[in-house]
Amino acid sequence: MSADKLTVADYPLAEKRPDLVRGKRGKSVDELTLDAVLDGTVTMEDLRITGLALAQQAEIARAVGRPTLAENFERAAELVEVPGETIMEIYELLRPGRAQTKDQLVAAARDLRDKHGAQRMAAFVEEAAEVYERRGLFRKRF
Amino acid sequence: MTDAPRPSPNRWKRFSDWDERPLRLDRFAVEDAASGFSAFASPYDPKPSGAVAGGTVTMMDGKPAADFDMIDLFIARYHLDPEVMPEAMAIPSIELARMLVDMSVPRDRLVRLAHGLTPAKLADVVAHLSALEIAFAYGKMRARKTPGNQGHVTNAKDDPLQMAADAATAVAFGFDEIETTMRVARNSWSNAVACAVGAAVGRWGTLFQCSSEEAEELRIGMAGFTSYAETVSVYGTEKSFIDGDDTPWSKAFLAAAYASRGIKMRCTSGAGSELLMGFHEKKSLLYLEARCLCLQRAMGVQGTQNGGIDGAPVTCTVPGGMRELMAENLIAVWLDLECASGNDARPTESEIRVGAKIMPYLISGSDLICSGFGSILKYDNSFNPSLLNGEELEDYLVLQRDFEADGGLTPVEETRVLELRKRAVEALSAVLEELDLAKPTAAMKASVVAASGSDETESYLPRDVALISEAIQAKGITVVDVIRALARRGYRDEAENLLKVVRLRVSGDYLQTSAVVRNGHVLSAVNDPNDYLGPGTGYRVSEARRAELVAIRDVLTREEVLRAEGVHKAAEAKRISYKTLGPAGSGKDTREVVVGVSPAFGIKLFQTVAGHPLSAILRALTDGIAAGGCRARVVRMRHTADTSFLGLSAARLAGSGVGIGIQAKGTAVIHHKDRLPHNNLELFSNSPITRLEHYRRMGENAAAYANGKLPEPVVVPTRGEAMGARYHARVSLIYAIETELTAEGAEPDDIEITFLGGT
Repeated sequence: MSADKLTVADYPLAEKRPDLVRGKRGKSVDELTLDAVLDGTVTMEDLRITGLALAQQAEIARAVGRPTLAENFERAAELVEVPGETIMEIYELLRPGRAQTKDQLVAAARDLRDKHGAQRMAAFVEEAAEVYERRGLFRKRF
Repeated sequence: MTDAPRPSPNRWKRFSDWDERPLRLDRFAVEDAASGFSAFASPYDPKPSGAVAGGTVTMMDGKPAADFDMIDLFIARYHLDPEVMPEAMAIPSIELARMLVDMSVPRDRLVRLAHGLTPAKLADVVAHLSALEIAFAYGKMRARKTPGNQGHVTNAKDDPLQMAADAATAVAFGFDEIETTMRVARNSWSNAVACAVGAAVGRWGTLFQCSSEEAEELRIGMAGFTSYAETVSVYGTEKSFIDGDDTPWSKAFLAAAYASRGIKMRCTSGAGSELLMGFHEKKSLLYLEARCLCLQRAMGVQGTQNGGIDGAPVTCTVPGGMRELMAENLIAVWLDLECASGNDARPTESEIRVGAKIMPYLISGSDLICSGFGSILKYDNSFNPSLLNGEELEDYLVLQRDFEADGGLTPVEETRVLELRKRAVEALSAVLEELDLAKPTAAMKASVVAASGSDETESYLPRDVALISEAIQAKGITVVDVIRALARRGYRDEAENLLKVVRLRVSGDYLQTSAVVRNGHVLSAVNDPNDYLGPGTGYRVSEARRAELVAIRDVLTREEVLRAEGVHKAAEAKRISYKTLGPAGSGKDTREVVVGVSPAFGIKLFQTVAGHPLSAILRALTDGIAAGGCRARVVRMRHTADTSFLGLSAARLAGSGVGIGIQAKGTAVIHHKDRLPHNNLELFSNSPITRLEHYRRMGENAAAYANGKLPEPVVVPTRGEAMGARYHARVSLIYAIETELTAEGAEPDDIEITFLGGT
């Protein structure tokens, strides 16, 4: 671990490291005021989490001995820019019996990797494809 | 009585009495492992085991990797740490069990070992613990130090006005999270807006979720209305999982999706779900739940809603069911998951079983003691009634006070609740109008503010709500639109509060384990870790928090008791006068019965606990004595206020040797001069249920004893009321007023009483 990894001392980031916390379009927490919401300078876009923030929370989770939580945050960081509809489509495809063949999941994984740069998530979906095949989930459900 | 032959009884009637108790509505099931009815151990459960080769798990709980099902695979790949596993699995289960209750073994050490423990091993370890040991270990192992609670806010009409008022009320009582759901699925958007606005009234920081269909729930979250989700269910057998229309991979994907939108999330699992779904594989409830929990840690979710949940009622039908629910919660926190610890679906109609169920959690604390305390009335709970509901909320507040235990809630004054409810209804109405969704009338609003439940409201019905809900969705309204509407209509505080909750997403601090918001700050297992290492460590109720917990309503004070007496003083002055004649001597008249009254009788205290004026008591006693052919002399005792000694001293002064002693609160005794102090002739100890006719008959009986007869003692009938609970606080305060007027060696005075005819 390098010396500049975030630790418990940096948490909560919004209080201890406000310099690191930025909204989707670069605004600091101090700028996300009610007046700014009212005059339209702050919109829903500014109130979204960023991939960076999730990566920072992953560092903190790892520092306090929660590696699996950190991995979830890292997978999530890759999904931040993926549109909601795409997320719902992939989720649907991962449900039992939705994909009729392994290829459909493999194709979804390729899109995640190629279109969205989601390496971990793509590998995760490919892993699901392997397991589903092994456990016979690629069959029609009524 | 006749000696005619009677039919011989076929039943002890107590069983008929028991048949009528609410307990008998509960049905119990025989232990039957093959049918899935086994709490802790089934012969079909695997024995704990594990093997690692080349950095991967090759065997788990007796199964080689080639035979792993989806759940086994996910646990083996993502939960089990191959570096810790050999060390952890080698420790005997009994040794690990002892470490869990050993206060000198730090939580961190046990959490690290859990990374290498298989489901069967975790279940085997906690099965060694008694219920007491589980509760203790739970208090030590739960992740966040400060306990909290979660409440349900729903109503039977899906009425948004009531939703807002009840959300604001729940926030005032201190719930860290509130959860809603609908009677009609398409009303979800209306519920979301109403609860989000209601929860922004009074203070900020209560997290909110709207339990709906998986995809819909995520959409509502993306629109900014909700701040957490917890209905992502997982199951302990592969077939249940598939029947639940998911896989570990689809659920783990959903977990990442929630985090990617900055929304806090926990999974749901609990004993009994596989049993209800028919795919239990003959395994014990605890073993299946251990699999669910390992899976959740593997998925990387920060926490779990666990402890039976929908399966709690079926779990509580088997022997050890409640202990099993505690044990699975312990596994959850041992795996370092935030635990919203069940105490949710009502598993019994017996209030005793309800109270017993909640106690271990109240005293050990939990991240969220209930994963849905019904803040609303039972019939308004769209999840089904909870263990505890709006009806019983005050009982819970009193339990906190009794045990000086922080159950996460805080008493609120009546006037404050009414203000908040008004404010919430007005704020939501403003939003509905401003966004052109609806125009609530003044009558609708007024009915909701005062209503205890939806039976009493004249407001929106589910069909009206569907139109509002569909309009919210069709217009693409987000939380930002609602914040703007609030501010435009002058609800600036509420707009600020709502914005602050949405702004939590930007840093993601509240995505860490066991995060809640307290006093404007995120508090989680990261910055408020449970550091229990024995007395003086871990969570302690602070003086300030204690002051909040004890501040229940209607608490008696000495001043209040005196003030109440003051009210009766004037009325009594019109009914009776007491004239002190001087020191009382021994009577010579063998027909004389002395009535010895207590020091404050008619001076500072004016009515009995039953509410009889003291003038009426004296009249009843003296009339009775006269009717029995004797003469009454009234004497005020000043050396004692004790009933026995009042009576004995009166008897010793009486020419007949028989006296009556009476305290202002109404406790009375007939005594004889030759008896031991506490061995009286007759005693009325239950003054709250003693009527005037009893006092009159006591006077008659005293006269009968003076005449050397043996009368039928007067028995004051009781139906077993908890007199102590009802009256002892007041009685103690009253008695202290009596004892303050006593003086060592003070002589009794003769008193002349005159009845004045006032009413």
